[in-house]
Amino acid sequence: MKVHVDMALCESHGQCVFAAPDVFAFDDEEEEELVYEPSPGPGRRAAVEQAVLSCPVRAVALDGGAG
Amino acid sequence: MNGPGSVVVVGAGLAGLRASTALRERGFTGGLTVVGDEPHGPYDRPGLSKDVLTGRRTAADTDLPIPAGLDARWRLGRRAVALDRVGRRLLLDDGTVLGYDGLVIATGAAARPWPGPGAPPGSGVHTLRGREDALALRRALTKGGPLLVVGAGFLGSEVASAARALELPVTLVDAARRPMERAVGSVVGSVLADVQKAAGVDLRLGTTVTGLLGRQALEGALLSDGTRVAARTVLLALGARPNTEWLRDSGLRLNEGTSGGVSCDRRGRALGADGRPAPDTVVLGDAAAPPHPLPGDGSPAHLGIGHWSEAVDRADSVAAALLGQECPAHETVPSFWSDQFGLRIRSVGLPQLADRTEVREHDPVRSRMEVAYHRGPRIVGALTVNRTSRLAAHRERIKQEWHQRTIPV
Ligand SMILES: Cc1cc2nc3c(=O)[nH]c(=O)nc-3n(C[C@H](O)[C@H](O)[C@H](O)COP(=O)(O)OP(=O)(O)OC[C@H]3O[C@@H](n4cnc5c(N)ncnc54)[C@H](O)[C@@H]3O)c2cc1C
Ligand code: SF4
Repeated sequence: MKVHVDMALCESHGQCVFAAPDVFAFDDEEEEELVYEPSPGPGRRAAVEQAVLSCPVRAVALDGGAG
Repeated sequence: MNGPGSVVVVGAGLAGLRASTALRERGFTGGLTVVGDEPHGPYDRPGLSKDVLTGRRTAADTDLPIPAGLDARWRLGRRAVALDRVGRRLLLDDGTVLGYDGLVIATGAAARPWPGPGAPPGSGVHTLRGREDALALRRALTKGGPLLVVGAGFLGSEVASAARALELPVTLVDAARRPMERAVGSVVGSVLADVQKAAGVDLRLGTTVTGLLGRQALEGALLSDGTRVAARTVLLALGARPNTEWLRDSGLRLNEGTSGGVSCDRRGRALGADGRPAPDTVVLGDAAAPPHPLPGDGSPAHLGIGHWSEAVDRADSVAAALLGQECPAHETVPSFWSDQFGLRIRSVGLPQLADRTEVREHDPVRSRMEVAYHRGPRIVGALTVNRTSRLAAHRERIKQEWHQRTIPV
């Protein structure tokens, strides 16, 4: 499973972090940049799908598709 | 599985689209019809008070993508005017009658109009809910100011921010003592007031608009402190009211007094007059009034929330309820965001329920805040400004607090 976040779109809403905290996180507290695990294990699919659905700017994509 | 053979969704906005998508994802293969009174398919509203006004994004950028395989029949430009629950029939404004086995109510909310006194002038007075409203307001703003915004909630404050970004003179009026006070409390409200004033907004708090001046074209407004402000454009940002008039005679329980939304249980099943959840009718999004997360303490039984994330977070459990499927209780925590004056405001929970505000960080130089909201011994909400990284931990605590408690209905 491949995850991609379009960082040009991301506005740090953090909804993906709520949905899948072990895949998405805010890296450096000072800069608040989103970091993520690009190849999470298959057990994380449901959580990542939820992240795709809950991102208000539709920045999260799964397996290259728009979700 | 004894699910419905056909489903009609009323309202082609975010909630209507997400409910439809969730129904298909849960294996619903029957006929799916979506009725919407706007000429457009689903689009997203948050950008309308932000980037669409400044011109950074176009209205078309707010289109919501329709998932492949949704296989819905769209009845756009059609309004539902009445519901016959016994006969399971829906009446549209062109006289069409649609039968259904399952019904999704997703009619959202409408901007409150000018309450008077007097009729508003024929031009120059705006509200903001839909795409046409945003385009009309943008056209008005590009002709120049001054702009008067009535109501300093999130919407009014965001529009004031957009207008300042366009370098228009802006007056922002609110009866409360601080902007957004109801939603974020007085501590954060005071900080926001300072930011708005520093950005050049003429902020008039503890003040109401007692009259709009001008017969044909707007000339200005009269305020309760006796002053007069000139305005070429007025935005009324007085809150929203759920679009539920068409359900008035349906026998569903409308949450009069607090919001006007359709009262429902935690899974979104609409409550009948007897207070029992209907198995064939669910409600999602701004039209819904789900159970109050903290019952007791004199709080109302149901609460209209009106945040983007509500429609998104509850879509799956609402779809499961309509299909008669079991669904692990999704325990949602409302969340809200607002972007204004360079501030990234993010909140979780329901700060408006708090009786105490705990400021955990406030760095005015870097415009950062982290605030926790408590009610008695419990955390009920949190808010950050340019500090989203701190929010997830609060959300987790709120989730635990709330869901230890049993919620009736
Ligand atoms: C300008 C603006 C900015 C916002 N910004 C934010 C933000 O920053 N953060 C946030 O969390 N939330 C924000 N919101 C709130 C968010 O957009 C709503 O919570 C969300 O749109 C709710 O979706 P909905 O589908 O329930 O309602 P809607 O999006 O209102 O969709 C309902 C649809 O049903 C249609 N309809 C109504 N009555 C009928 C009928 N009788 N028959 C047929 N169709 C009908 C309506 O015309 C509409 O198209 C904002 C809202 C607005 C208006
Ligand atoms: S939800 Fe979307 S916008 Fe928010 S942090 Fe995640 S990717 Fe970025």
